[in-house]
Amino acid sequence: MKKKELAALFMAGVMSLGLLAGCSSDGGEASQPPASQAGTQSSQPNGGDGDTQGNTETVTIKVGGIGPITGDLAQYGLATQWGAQIAVDEINALGGPIKLEYDFQDDTGVTDTAVSAYNTLKDWDVDVIYGCTTTAPCVAVASETFADRYFQLTPSASSPDVTADKDNAFQMCFTDPGQGMAAAEYLKNSSLGTKLAVIYNNGDAYSSGIADAFITKAAELGLEVVSTQTFPDDKTTDYTVQLNACKDAGADVVFLPIYYTPASLILAQAKQMGYAPTFFGGDGMDGMLDMEGFDKSLAEGLLLMTPFNASGTDERTVDFVTKYQADHGILPNQFAADGYDCMYAIYEACCQIDGIAGMDHAQLCDALIAMFTGGQFQVDGLTGTGMKWLETGEISKAPVVVKVESGVYVTQ
Amino acid sequence: MSFLNNAITGISLGSIYAIIALGYTMVYGIAKMLNFAHGDVIMVGAYVCFLAMGNAGLPSVVGVLLAVAVCTVLGIVIERLAYKPLRAAPSLAVLITAIGVSYLLQNSAQILWGAATKTFRPIVEGSLVLVPGQLSISYVAILSVVCCIVVMVALSVFTGQTKMGKAMRACSEDKAAAQLMGIDVDATISMTFAIGSALAAIAGVLMCSAYPVLSPTTGSLPGIRAFTAAVFGGIGSVPGALLGGILLGVIETFAKAYISTDLSDAVVFAVLIIVLLVRPAGLLGKYVPEKV
Amino acid sequence: MKKINKNSLNGFVNYGIIIAAFIVLQILIGKGVLSNSLQSLLVPACCYIVMAVSLNLTVGILGELSLGHGGFMSLGAFSGIVASILLQDLIPMAPVRLAVSMVVGALAGALGGVIVGVPVLRLQGDYLAIVTLAFGQIIKNIIMVLYVGVDETGIHVAASSDRFVLAPGGTAIIKGPMGAVGVAKLASFTAGAILILITLLVVQNLVNSRSGRAIMALRDNRIAAESVGINVTKYKLMAFVTSAALAGAAGALFGLNYSSTVASKFDFNTSILVLVFVVLGGLGSIRGSIIAAALLYVLPELLRKFDIAEYRMLIYAIVLILVMLATNNDQLKSMLGRIIPKRKGAVSNG
Repeated sequence: MKKKELAALFMAGVMSLGLLAGCSSDGGEASQPPASQAGTQSSQPNGGDGDTQGNTETVTIKVGGIGPITGDLAQYGLATQWGAQIAVDEINALGGPIKLEYDFQDDTGVTDTAVSAYNTLKDWDVDVIYGCTTTAPCVAVASETFADRYFQLTPSASSPDVTADKDNAFQMCFTDPGQGMAAAEYLKNSSLGTKLAVIYNNGDAYSSGIADAFITKAAELGLEVVSTQTFPDDKTTDYTVQLNACKDAGADVVFLPIYYTPASLILAQAKQMGYAPTFFGGDGMDGMLDMEGFDKSLAEGLLLMTPFNASGTDERTVDFVTKYQADHGILPNQFAADGYDCMYAIYEACCQIDGIAGMDHAQLCDALIAMFTGGQFQVDGLTGTGMKWLETGEISKAPVVVKVESGVYVTQ
Repeated sequence: MSFLNNAITGISLGSIYAIIALGYTMVYGIAKMLNFAHGDVIMVGAYVCFLAMGNAGLPSVVGVLLAVAVCTVLGIVIERLAYKPLRAAPSLAVLITAIGVSYLLQNSAQILWGAATKTFRPIVEGSLVLVPGQLSISYVAILSVVCCIVVMVALSVFTGQTKMGKAMRACSEDKAAAQLMGIDVDATISMTFAIGSALAAIAGVLMCSAYPVLSPTTGSLPGIRAFTAAVFGGIGSVPGALLGGILLGVIETFAKAYISTDLSDAVVFAVLIIVLLVRPAGLLGKYVPEKV
Repeated sequence: MKKINKNSLNGFVNYGIIIAAFIVLQILIGKGVLSNSLQSLLVPACCYIVMAVSLNLTVGILGELSLGHGGFMSLGAFSGIVASILLQDLIPMAPVRLAVSMVVGALAGALGGVIVGVPVLRLQGDYLAIVTLAFGQIIKNIIMVLYVGVDETGIHVAASSDRFVLAPGGTAIIKGPMGAVGVAKLASFTAGAILILITLLVVQNLVNSRSGRAIMALRDNRIAAESVGINVTKYKLMAFVTSAALAGAAGALFGLNYSSTVASKFDFNTSILVLVFVVLGGLGSIRGSIIAAALLYVLPELLRKFDIAEYRMLIYAIVLILVMLATNNDQLKSMLGRIIPKRKGAVSNG
């Protein structure tokens, strides 16, 4: 009886709290729109810079970024956020006709949160969407931006689904199939080995997208793939079974279209079991050498396709790397570099648009699409020079294969 | 040969699951709560050891001891602040609080130490070569198997023979009766968490030595796996946790090697379900019939 | 008799809350005062409310801990998506197609519920919990390797990409790890609100029926219930399958609200999230589940308003712990107990 009463009391407590919370929720919701309205009003003068172009020469473009900055994928999202931030600061310091205002919202790498993040940016009166970092959320957001007419440029969401049937979505990175096919072609023309194996993450769109295209293309080119191994999650810790299968099949080249975290474990475990084929990776592998505590000798001889080289010696790369390291204490990887290039692509395209001052986001979207697909527009950045975009939204830049020699990339 | 190789891989992986599961089962056995934050305490332990060895350049033994000390204190603090006020609350309320603590630890770790993955320097390196080029066992695997056995024996002796251990068992049986017998229930449960968290620190260091990557979410997946292992062996049973952990590792490895790497997760959990259907209290768990 | 009246009155209040909230929100949308971000949360919030209410049936009413509710949502989402694409030409009207897809989702969820429920409901407590967790993982793993497509020769299902070949012009619906992409957005807030009302109708009628009392008798004392002739398996299964079916319908609505859905969305964390809603709302309290799900789903999004970026989820975690501590604090409870009339406590029990 006593227990029952206690339970009833507990329920009453919870209920009343729920009711109280319910009231505050109504209050919260009612007060929310005015707050956001206040937000839009206060931001109106900013956006209005464009309308009152007669007075000032600068036009402010609001760029809203989306990516995971908490959770499992935080390191990738933060890289895209930080890389872009450096470009934004540089652009605003230039004092050119266009200024960028930048906000970045967390999507935790999840579809529904990404859509909420996008809507938060809409409430902020965003002009251009930069993101998402990861593929699945990007596909969902791209179909929203397509319907709402926002221009979207993603630094790293590499599936063709991101741009498929949408004229407004563009990529800064290679597409997954493009990368898989380039890898197969490279292996065909090189003399690295004759028996190939693939280990990929079959729970990840990026990894399986590259792997599928690689396997198809390899068959087309007459390359022999002796073993195809998968793992379900980037948090998988043990790859010995997969490596053993590759070893037993006699593979002398192992293609790893995966991110650097699992790849670093694969390299360590291969060394431990005394298996030393040539490992060949995609752009997700970039960043491995910068992992704190990583034994660089493990990666000796590793080949990877990356558009960005943090140990590059050209002035712009050195400058970027120095700033990034000063701000965040780690070396930037290709996610950060792609993010940096995205901002410059947006900025340079905006600079070339006539009459940008009075445009709303939909007009800007159409103008940017025309610019990106016009054939004339090209951008020089950290991840390539003379980068152009195809009608499909895909980027056209040359894939670069690098080899790790004594802990640095050497272009092949 | 490949069979032996897979068996060794499975046991190595299993020993890591087992050492995590021992901490899980210890806390469950006494405090009767599923501590979903256990995996994140492991992560904290690994970070402490990493920082001590990497940044401060301390020897690995000091790193491990430091990790144990920090995690023990952390375990007691979490217990005092988050779990103790809920002693009389329904067990689900404590479960949710544990999940909150888990999120808290993960996000604090990201803010403190950054989201970037770090490479852990193993506390012992190299491996014992049985057949050159074909068969070898890493020293970490040997160390973790030895640790598991030592911990298991120590826990059995501790709970079976010592006064504190007997008090723990009494609390586990009946808190009210234990209190009447003069046992300080709060202190006993705090002690349980201290021991569980110390074990988590050791597990964290061993796990990251075997699989040397470290990020704020490192603990979440092994946490679930270890929970599975603990239930598999019969939750609350110390030898059960060891057996469950090793078997889980072996089944996972064999499923990958001989069935499909695509479906290894599904196979592992399907085996778990089948085992529980045959033995509803796990492999070594005692099935307690309800008294009417 | 009096108790039953109170219960049905309590049920009507729940319908009233939902309908009132729906009308108020519609007016706010009409007037354009509801921000885009809040508008985009309406449909998923409806899904999570249904998830929470249905899980409450298992955890609160039946008294069995389930950690795999996300698995049923996943089943519903993907089967609903497949149904909506297959029926594209057959049923051109979007709302009807959405309704049919949700029914398909519910059926898939129910089927999953039967498959899991029949063998495992004889387990108890944490063992049942781990089996439901395992089930959620298995579903995730299987959908991750599943390829489903349709072309003029019919429906194709394969377990790997190389065996998955479609004739030209065919549509791939589920592409393994890439999940379902290019899904037409059919879901609407109205559909979400209707689904909540249907869920309340089903759950409240079940709880207040003879079967519902049998289920609660099982929760309170299984042996006593068995001794008076209550069929344990039948009633446990009834609650479990109903719960799974509703989760399936919610999943279908969720899946049809986004143009892409991946299996990894419905992982352990999603199941746990729904459990958090249920426990915070109060076990067995349907209204509590509704309010907790709505508030807690919106909370992390509201935290975006403050410029805290990386601290957002940390604050969420702290709020979660504090709320748990506060709701279980004896002094606070007795204080609230004095303020709130006793009647409420009794009703929320039922």
